[in-house]
Amino acid sequence: MSETAEHTGHHIDVKEFHPRAQAAIHNPKIRKNFRSAMDGLMSKRKTAFEGWDLETLRDLGANIRMRALANLPDLLEQLEAKLTENGVKVHWAVDGDEACRIVRDICKARDARTVIKGKSMVSEEMELNHYLQEQGIEALESDLGEYIVQLADETPSHIIMPAIHKNTGEISQLLHDKTGTDLSNDVEYLTASARLQLREKFMNADVGVSGVNFAVAETGTLCLVENEGNGRMTTTVPPCHIAVTGIEKVVPTMEDVTGLLALLTRSATGQHITTYFNMISGPRKTEELDGPEEVHLVLVDNGRSTIYQDDELLDTLRCIRCGACMNHCPVYTRVGGHAYGTTYPGPIGKILMPHLIGLDEGRHLPTASSLCGACGEVCPVKIPIPDLLVRLRQESVDGDKLHPAKVRGHGAKRSSMEAMIWKGWAWMHASPGIYRLGTGVASKFRALQPSKAGAWTDYRTAPKLAAKTLHQRMKERGQ
Amino acid sequence: MVDTIKVYPSKPAKVYFYGTCLVDMFYPDAGIAGVELLEREGIEVLFPQNQTCCGQPAYTSGYHDEARSVARAQLDLFPGDWPIVVPSGSCGGMMRKHYPDLFKDTTEEVKAAEVAGRVWELTDFLLNVCHIKLEDLGEPTTVAMHTSCSARREMGVAEVGPKLLGQLKNVNLVEQIRPEECCGFGGTFAVRHPEISGAMVSEKVDTLVDTGAKEFVTTDCGCLMNIAGYAEKNEKPVSGQHILSFLWARTQGKGGQQS
Repeated sequence: MSETAEHTGHHIDVKEFHPRAQAAIHNPKIRKNFRSAMDGLMSKRKTAFEGWDLETLRDLGANIRMRALANLPDLLEQLEAKLTENGVKVHWAVDGDEACRIVRDICKARDARTVIKGKSMVSEEMELNHYLQEQGIEALESDLGEYIVQLADETPSHIIMPAIHKNTGEISQLLHDKTGTDLSNDVEYLTASARLQLREKFMNADVGVSGVNFAVAETGTLCLVENEGNGRMTTTVPPCHIAVTGIEKVVPTMEDVTGLLALLTRSATGQHITTYFNMISGPRKTEELDGPEEVHLVLVDNGRSTIYQDDELLDTLRCIRCGACMNHCPVYTRVGGHAYGTTYPGPIGKILMPHLIGLDEGRHLPTASSLCGACGEVCPVKIPIPDLLVRLRQESVDGDKLHPAKVRGHGAKRSSMEAMIWKGWAWMHASPGIYRLGTGVASKFRALQPSKAGAWTDYRTAPKLAAKTLHQRMKERGQ
Repeated sequence: MVDTIKVYPSKPAKVYFYGTCLVDMFYPDAGIAGVELLEREGIEVLFPQNQTCCGQPAYTSGYHDEARSVARAQLDLFPGDWPIVVPSGSCGGMMRKHYPDLFKDTTEEVKAAEVAGRVWELTDFLLNVCHIKLEDLGEPTTVAMHTSCSARREMGVAEVGPKLLGQLKNVNLVEQIRPEECCGFGGTFAVRHPEISGAMVSEKVDTLVDTGAKEFVTTDCGCLMNIAGYAEKNEKPVSGQHILSFLWARTQGKGGQQS
């Protein structure tokens, strides 16, 4: 395959959000799986933060991330220098395709045929599995949720719990069909079966690929947060470990990690601490008995440095990928993760994906929100998600002459008809006399008000015009 | 998001009343109830007749030039330094939180920030500035309350409604499950994504019906027309009214019915 003929991966049309959302809403199984899972996660998070001064902790989290981002270029250089000193090879990738090629080249140089993977959303962003498959390299997911999703030839529906859209029965059937396990509702049995199959893969894999939760610049340490031990296996058993991560994941010191970790695990799964917390600082040293011979870090930009250049959009990069915004999102809860058709679903996906795929492709994403603010309220690093959604809505219709749009694909949603309606609306509401006349006439002839009002009345009755407006009644009162 | 520190003014002699366009056209009773409650507290109510809309529909739809031109027409309505009270968390949030952003880098920047700083959600103002004491004259009844997302998260008044209702001795306030979840209104969201909005409001109505209350009150007319409109169309046994209508009626001995 030539360098330019890029891999195809899963081709989901992001623009088809509406039909997918509609299908999900009319699918009782999807509705039930997400509602009960999100209820559980919300309640766990609440319990986990009991006794904590959550607002102060969120301020701390936000400040750690803001400080790290303020010094991002320097921190990345420091990280590279320190990792290199530790014996880790650092690579830079401008986009997902380049990152894939880097991983491939490392694999080819070692003549690697099999890759075992720990959970990594950046690798999903890169569509790495499909790419490697096309290159004749087998890539197997080892995180249980990712493993299930891979067996089903699907994409993750949640960034922390990739297979949350499936219930135990569906998972049992899938494992039975694909791997020959017995049908069972016993979660322990199903987990043990998957573990048995994965264990052998770990021992034989040529390369392990993982993500990174925090990259510490001062020490050159890659931190990996996980519960299943598969992350530790992936990063220590195969002779070569490749970590892939977004360039925004760097923090200055190990002390910064402690605050973020406390927020991450509680926000994500309601855990005080995960079962495993890995700190990877380099390949096996001569006196050590285990660990990989080679460790690589691939730092992926993929649109992040463009986001970085805008003071407001920059806040998007604070994200530590806890998933709390989706757990608390009333839209995500109704439509599930696949409806979005994007690597990152839910609120964080709505503010991040337009930068990765262009606002033309992702034009429906910022509108799929009631702006209720639940996401911003729970975000452990206080990303003002609703404000960023409004900003992207403005960008998608080129709606602000004072602050011209700059996101790639901006203006794609602007229609001259809609723009004209808003112009007319603004003219009426900026002219008090016209407004009073218009609303007064509407009230007077309210008997003529139609009972249908577009999509509104598919679900509700139309609001009824009052006999007299508040303006009129206040005037009658002499006010 | 929520103002973590809120500095309430002392009780003023006058206030500006910003009615909002939904109250103006569809729920003027709620506006009048708010005016009556303020006047009973001895406050003179100034109602600028040139008020129209805060500009939020255009703002959240991304049409910021249009939002700015409508908002600009509101900035001159409040020449005195009296507080501006709004019977809505949503419009209140637009004016208090978003006006400063909307007018950033314009000649109205200072004025917009000054106006924004005087904006109060009306129930918050009644409880925490007027220190209102409500005497319940109504028959025993059970109600549920839906606090709008903007009242809860932008104006930080989630505790206010329940406290006011708590002053009414014959009113039993019951809480639905997931009280903090959005009802699905979201302005243009309800028509841009009708199925999602419909799914949200149907669950909201179900949780309200499950409380056993026959009526609910809310801080915002957007939520009201969404929730009550869904209940009416689908013949669910719950009806709604603005919390101001309810409070005024209860303390006038009219039994909690909309006047």
